[in-house]
Amino acid sequence: MIPLIRSTLLALAVPALAGPVVAQVKLTGAGATFPNIIYQDWVLTYNQRNRGVQLNYQSIGSGGGIRQFSENTVDFGGSDAPMTDSAIAAVGGSVLHIPTVLGGLAVIYRLPGVSAPVKFTPQVLAEIFLGRLTTWNDPRIAAINPGVQLPRSDILVVHRSDGSGTTYVFTDYLSKVSAEWQRRVGRGTSVNWPVGLGGRGNEGVAATVAQTPGALGYVELGYAEANKLQFGQVQNRGGQFVTPTVASVTAAAAGAMAEMDPATDFRVSITNPAGADAYPIASFTWLLLRKQYADPAKAGALVPFVWWAITDGQAVAAKLGYAPLPAAMRPWIETRLKSITAGGKAVWAGPK
Amino acid sequence: MKADRAYQATLTGLALLLPAILLALTVELAINAWPSIEQFGWSFVFTSTWDPVADVYGAGPLIFGTLASSFVALVLAVPLAFSVAIFLNEFAPRWLRRPLGFLVELLAAVPSVVYGLWGIFVLIPFLRAFVVPPLKAVLGWLPFFQGVFYGNSMLAGGIILAVMVVPYIAAVSREVLHAVPDTQREAALALGATRWEAVWMAVLPYGRAGLVGAVMLGLGRALGETMAVTMVIGNRHDISLSLLEPGYTMAAAIANEFSEATTSLYLSALFEVGLVLFVITVVVNAAARLLVWRTAPGRAVGSRAL
Repeated sequence: MIPLIRSTLLALAVPALAGPVVAQVKLTGAGATFPNIIYQDWVLTYNQRNRGVQLNYQSIGSGGGIRQFSENTVDFGGSDAPMTDSAIAAVGGSVLHIPTVLGGLAVIYRLPGVSAPVKFTPQVLAEIFLGRLTTWNDPRIAAINPGVQLPRSDILVVHRSDGSGTTYVFTDYLSKVSAEWQRRVGRGTSVNWPVGLGGRGNEGVAATVAQTPGALGYVELGYAEANKLQFGQVQNRGGQFVTPTVASVTAAAAGAMAEMDPATDFRVSITNPAGADAYPIASFTWLLLRKQYADPAKAGALVPFVWWAITDGQAVAAKLGYAPLPAAMRPWIETRLKSITAGGKAVWAGPK
Repeated sequence: MKADRAYQATLTGLALLLPAILLALTVELAINAWPSIEQFGWSFVFTSTWDPVADVYGAGPLIFGTLASSFVALVLAVPLAFSVAIFLNEFAPRWLRRPLGFLVELLAAVPSVVYGLWGIFVLIPFLRAFVVPPLKAVLGWLPFFQGVFYGNSMLAGGIILAVMVVPYIAAVSREVLHAVPDTQREAALALGATRWEAVWMAVLPYGRAGLVGAVMLGLGRALGETMAVTMVIGNRHDISLSLLEPGYTMAAAIANEFSEATTSLYLSALFEVGLVLFVITVVVNAAARLLVWRTAPGRAVGSRAL
C-alpha cells in the first residue's frame, strides 16, 4: 500500500520537476470593454500554449485604457476610440494602433406586429436622433419601407448613458452622414444628445427598447443577436440596404481599406465605407502598443501574441460575435509590428 | 500607567484618523476638480449644458436630479418607515415583531443592481400600466405629472430609492422608539390618552432627535445611491418639474462617465461633480444636526408636548 502511494506521489511530482524552469514574462493590458470577451479567450488560449508568457487583460473602459497606457502602468492598452493627436503627443508619439477585430452596431427597435426588418437611410437615422422625425408613420420612413405597416406611435430614442466606444462609433457615423449632426453634436464616447433617454450599458439600452413599444436605439451587433432583438437594415454608401452580420461588417473594413493609405496609422474610422455589401455602422477596436519598449523580454513576448491574435486568433471571432479583420490587412499590420523596438533593436522579425 | 497612556494615545490616533481621511478626501477632490472650477466658476452649478465633445460642462440638472429624486424618495419612504416602526414597536402582536422586523431589514441586504433590474422589469411596466394613467387622469393638471411617460423617469427613480431607504429608516426609528421609556407611555395612558394618542403625543416627541437621525441616514443613502437609480431614471441632462420625465443624478453621472472620460477637463468636471455631491451631503447632515439640537437641546421634549 505504502509503496503504491509513494509511486503515485512520485508520478505526480515528476512532471512538475522535470519541466524546464521557464522565466515567465508577465504582460498586463487594460482598456476597452467591447472586445473583452474575445481578448479573454485569446489570453486564456495563448497562456495555455505558451508557458513562458502570462498575459492579463482588464476591461476597465477605453478612457481608462488610454490613461493607464499613457501613464505606463500597463504594457498594452485597448481602445474602441483612437487616441487623439494631443494624447499621442503626451506619450511622445510612441504609440501604435493595431486593429484586432471589428464590431458592428445594430439599430434596434420595438414594433409589435412588424416582422419585416425596417429599412433606414442615413438621413432618416440622423433626423430621428436630431429629434426632428418623431413618429413611426412619418412619410420619410414609409417611403423607404413600402408594404410595411408602421404604427402611428412616437419614436422614443434610447442611447447609452455611460461613456462608451459604441457611442463613439454611432455618433461618428451620424457625423459623417449629417452635416448638421456634425455641427450641433459631433462625435465622442458620450455626447450632448438632442433627444432621448439614456440606458446604462448595452443591456440597459436593450432592456428599455425591448419593453417600450415605439422605442429605437443602438447596441453592439452580437448583443442584439444574442437577445433576439428586432433590428433594421441600414442603407450604405452604394445605396444598398444591408443587414448587419459578421460578414457585412468585415466587408465594411474591406471596403474602407480600398480608400486607405497602406502606411496608415490605423486611426481611421470605417463608418459609411465604400463597398456594395458593406454594413455602414462598424468600427475597429484597437490594441495600443508602444513604438519603443524599455524591456526587450516583454516586447519580445507581446508582439508575437498580437500577431497570433490577428491571424490564428481570428478563427474564434465570428463565434463570439465579432467580425474578423479582412485577411488583406495582415501584411499592413505585419509592417507595423516589425517596426517595434526595445533598447534600439527590433523585437520581432516577422512570422515564422 | 504607561500602558494606559499608550492605550490612550493609540485610541486618539485612530480617532483622529477618520477626520484626517475626510480632509484628505476633500483636498484630493478639490485638487482634481480645480481645472474645471477655474474654467467654469459658478456657471458649473447653474447651467445645464453637458457636452463632452465641446468640453463644456454644467451640472445643474445633476444637482437638481439628485435633490429631487432623494426628496421624492423621502416623501414616500418616511411615512411608510415610521408606520412600520410604530406598528412593530407599539401595536404588533409579540410573535409577529421579530419575523416582520427581520423581513424589513432584509430589504437593506438586497444589492442595488438587483433593485435596478427589478425596477426595469417589474416596477416600470407596473407604473406604465396601473399607476401613471390614473395619476395623469386625476392630477394631470399639476406641473409634476405633465408630459409623456416612457418608463425611465424621476418617478421610477424616486420609488426605487424609497424602497431602498425604507429599511434603514424603519430599523433605526424602531430602535429609537424601543428606547423610549415605558413611563412615557404609562403617563400618557394614565391621563386618559388612547394608545394612538400616547404614541403621537408622548412617544414620538420624546424620540424626535433619533427619528430625525433615522431620516438623515436614509437621505444620505438616497443622495449617494448610484446603480439602481441610473438603471431607471432615464439619464438625461435636463431639468423638468414633471416626475414623469427622465432626469439624472450626480452619483449616476460619475459612475456612467468616469471610465470613458477622455479629456482632462472632462475628468476634472466629474471630480467637481463629486466635490459638489460631497459638499451637499455634508451641508444636509449639518443642517439636520442643527435642527435636532434646536428642537431637542439635550433633553426629552416629551413632557412639554404633553
